[in-house]
Amino acid sequence: MLTSIRAELIKQTRRPANWLLLAIAAVLTLTFAYAIPYAGLSSGPSGAPGSGRGLPSMLPEAFVGNALGGVPIFVGALALVFGVLVAGSEYGFQTWKTVLAQRPSRFTAYGSKLAVVAIANLIGVLTLFAAAAGGSAAVAALEGAPMNWPSAGDIVLGMGVGWLVMTMWGACGALLGIAFRSVALPIGLGLVWMLAIQNLLASIAAPALEFVGELQKVLPGPNTGALAAAMGAASETPGVDALVGSGHATIVVAGYLVAFCALGGWLMHRRDIL
Amino acid sequence: MTTPVKTPVKTTALTKRFGGTLAVDGVDLEVRAGEVYGFLGPNGAGKTTTLRMLLGLIRPTSGTVTLLGEAQDKSNKGLRKVGALIEGPAFYPYLSGLDNLRVLAGHAGVDRARVDAVLDTVDLADRARDKYATYSLGMKQRLGLAAALLKKPELLILDEPTNGLDPAGMADMRVTIRKLAADGCTVLLSSHLLAEVEQICDRVGVIDHGRLITETAVADLRGEGRLRVLARPFDRARDLLTELLGAGAVHVEADALELDVDAADASGINAGLVGHGVSVSELRWREPDLEQVFLELTGGVSHVD
Ligand SMILES: Nc1ncnc2c1ncn2[C@@H]1O[C@H](COP(=O)(O)OP(=O)(O)OP(=O)(O)O)[C@@H](O)[C@H]1O
Ligand SMILES: [Mg+2]
Repeated sequence: MLTSIRAELIKQTRRPANWLLLAIAAVLTLTFAYAIPYAGLSSGPSGAPGSGRGLPSMLPEAFVGNALGGVPIFVGALALVFGVLVAGSEYGFQTWKTVLAQRPSRFTAYGSKLAVVAIANLIGVLTLFAAAAGGSAAVAALEGAPMNWPSAGDIVLGMGVGWLVMTMWGACGALLGIAFRSVALPIGLGLVWMLAIQNLLASIAAPALEFVGELQKVLPGPNTGALAAAMGAASETPGVDALVGSGHATIVVAGYLVAFCALGGWLMHRRDIL
Repeated sequence: MTTPVKTPVKTTALTKRFGGTLAVDGVDLEVRAGEVYGFLGPNGAGKTTTLRMLLGLIRPTSGTVTLLGEAQDKSNKGLRKVGALIEGPAFYPYLSGLDNLRVLAGHAGVDRARVDAVLDTVDLADRARDKYATYSLGMKQRLGLAAALLKKPELLILDEPTNGLDPAGMADMRVTIRKLAADGCTVLLSSHLLAEVEQICDRVGVIDHGRLITETAVADLRGEGRLRVLARPFDRARDLLTELLGAGAVHVEADALELDVDAADASGINAGLVGHGVSVSELRWREPDLEQVFLELTGGVSHVD
C-alpha cells in the first residue's frame, strides 16, 4: 500500500494541472479576502460584496476565517476538480489496466488514490493558510496595525475544518470520475452543482419552500458553509452561512466524506475494467 | 525436494457474457511451463476478454482462473509473477517513460533498480527521459513490454504485442519474446496473424466466437500443401486436371490452379498437361499455409452452413 501511495504521489505531483489548481485557489483566496477589501478601504464602500469590510477583518487576528472564506464555494470546487482528475484520468488515459496488471488489488489502488486526495488537500489547506497569513501580515504592516495572531489551537482547528471540507469534495470528485469513467462530464456536472444549483437552492428555493430549507441542513454545501462561518469566515461571502451548528455540520460533512469514499470503492470493486 | 512445476495458466469453463453477447464461452485453456503459447483468433473472437479475465480486470460470468498455481481472485495474489500488456500500451502522457515505469514499479512493489534494467532490455534507455506523449508507436509498445517485465515475470501475457509495428519492429518484438522464453519465461500471446504465431509459438489455441476450437502444437496445425500450376490455355488446363483428379482436388486461385496432390506427382502432371498441348509456365509446391488451416477451422466451417 505504501509503495502504491508513493506511486500515486509521483503521478499527481508531476502533473502541472494540479499545481495550477492550487495556484488558482491561493490567488482567488487572496483576491477576495485581501486585495478587493483592501482596495475598498481606500476608495470607500462601493457596494460590491466584501469591499465594505473594515480593516479589522483583514488583520492577523481574523486570518483563519479569511483562509477558509473560499472553501465552501470555489476552493471546494477546485478540490472536486482535483478529485476527478485523480480518479477519472485513469479511465481517460486507459491506465487502470496498466496499473492493476502490476498486482495491486483494486482496493489498494483505490485506497492509495484516496490517501493522495487527503494528502494533497492537506497541502492545499496549508497553502491557503500560508497565503492568508501573508495577506494579513502585509495589511497589518501597511496599516501599522498590531500583529495579534490567533491561538495555535484555533489555527489547527481551522486547518482541520478546511481539510475535512476539501477532502470531502475531493472524494466526491473521485467518486464522480469513477462513476462516469471519465474527466470532462464529472467536472462539468460537479461544477454545475457546486456553483449554480447550490446557489439557486440557497437564494431562491430555500426561502420559498420550507422543505428545501430543511433539505439544506443535510446537503453538503450548506454544512461546509456553516463550518466556515463557525471558523470566522465573513458571513457576506457567498456560501458562508451559519445555517446549522458546527457540531452538526462536522458530522454531516464527515458523513458525506465516508459515503463518497465507500460508494467509489464499491463501484471500483463491482465493475469491469474495460 | 523438488518443487512441482506449477501450471502457468489454467482456466476451467471460463465464460463472460456482456449483456446479450457471449464474448467467451466455456474456455478451458492450459498453458504449460516454459512454452510460448499462441492464442489465435480473428477480430472479436474473445482473445482480449479472456486475457483480461486472467488478469482480474474483467470478472468472469462463470468459470475459474489459476495463474502459476494460485487462484486468481480479488487480492490479485496470482499476479505476483505475471507481467502483462493488454490491448496496446497505456501510460500517463505527461510523465516521461522513466517516471511512468517508476510509478508502475511502486504499484508492483518492486525495486527501482528494475526500472533501469527493463529500459535496457527493451532498448529505450536513451529516450527514457522524454515525455511518453512524444514517443512513437513502436517506442510506446516497447515501454509497454518494459512495464510487463518489471516483476521479473515467470508468465508474460501479451495481447497482440506486434500490433501497429512496422516489419522491423515486429521482428524485434519477436526476437525479444523468444529471448525471454529462452530464459525460462512462459509466454501467452494473442494474435490474429498466423505467420506470427507460426514463427514464435510452440503451441497454439484457436478461438472463434468465444469458443476454443482447438489446442495443438503449431506443427500439428499445419494442413496439407498444394501443387500450384500456371498453365495456358487456362480453361483447357482446368478441364484436363478436373478429369484427371476429380473436381474436389482442383482449386482456382486467381489466375492459378492449386491441386490437392502429393509433391511427387508434379512431374507426371506436367507431362500430362504438355502432352495435351497445354503450356505450363509454373509448377511449384506451395507449403501449407496456416491461414488456410485457420479458415478451415473457423470461417470455413461457418461458410458451409
Ligand atoms: N465491454 C464490452 N461490452 C460489450 N461487449 C463487449 C465488451 N468487450 C468486448 N465485447 C465483445 O466481446 C467480443 C470479444 O471481444 P474481444 O475484444 O475479446 O475480441 P478480440 O479477440 O480481442 O478481438 P480483436 O482481435 O479485435 O482485438 C466481441 O464481440 C466484442 O464486441
Ligand atoms: Mg483484442
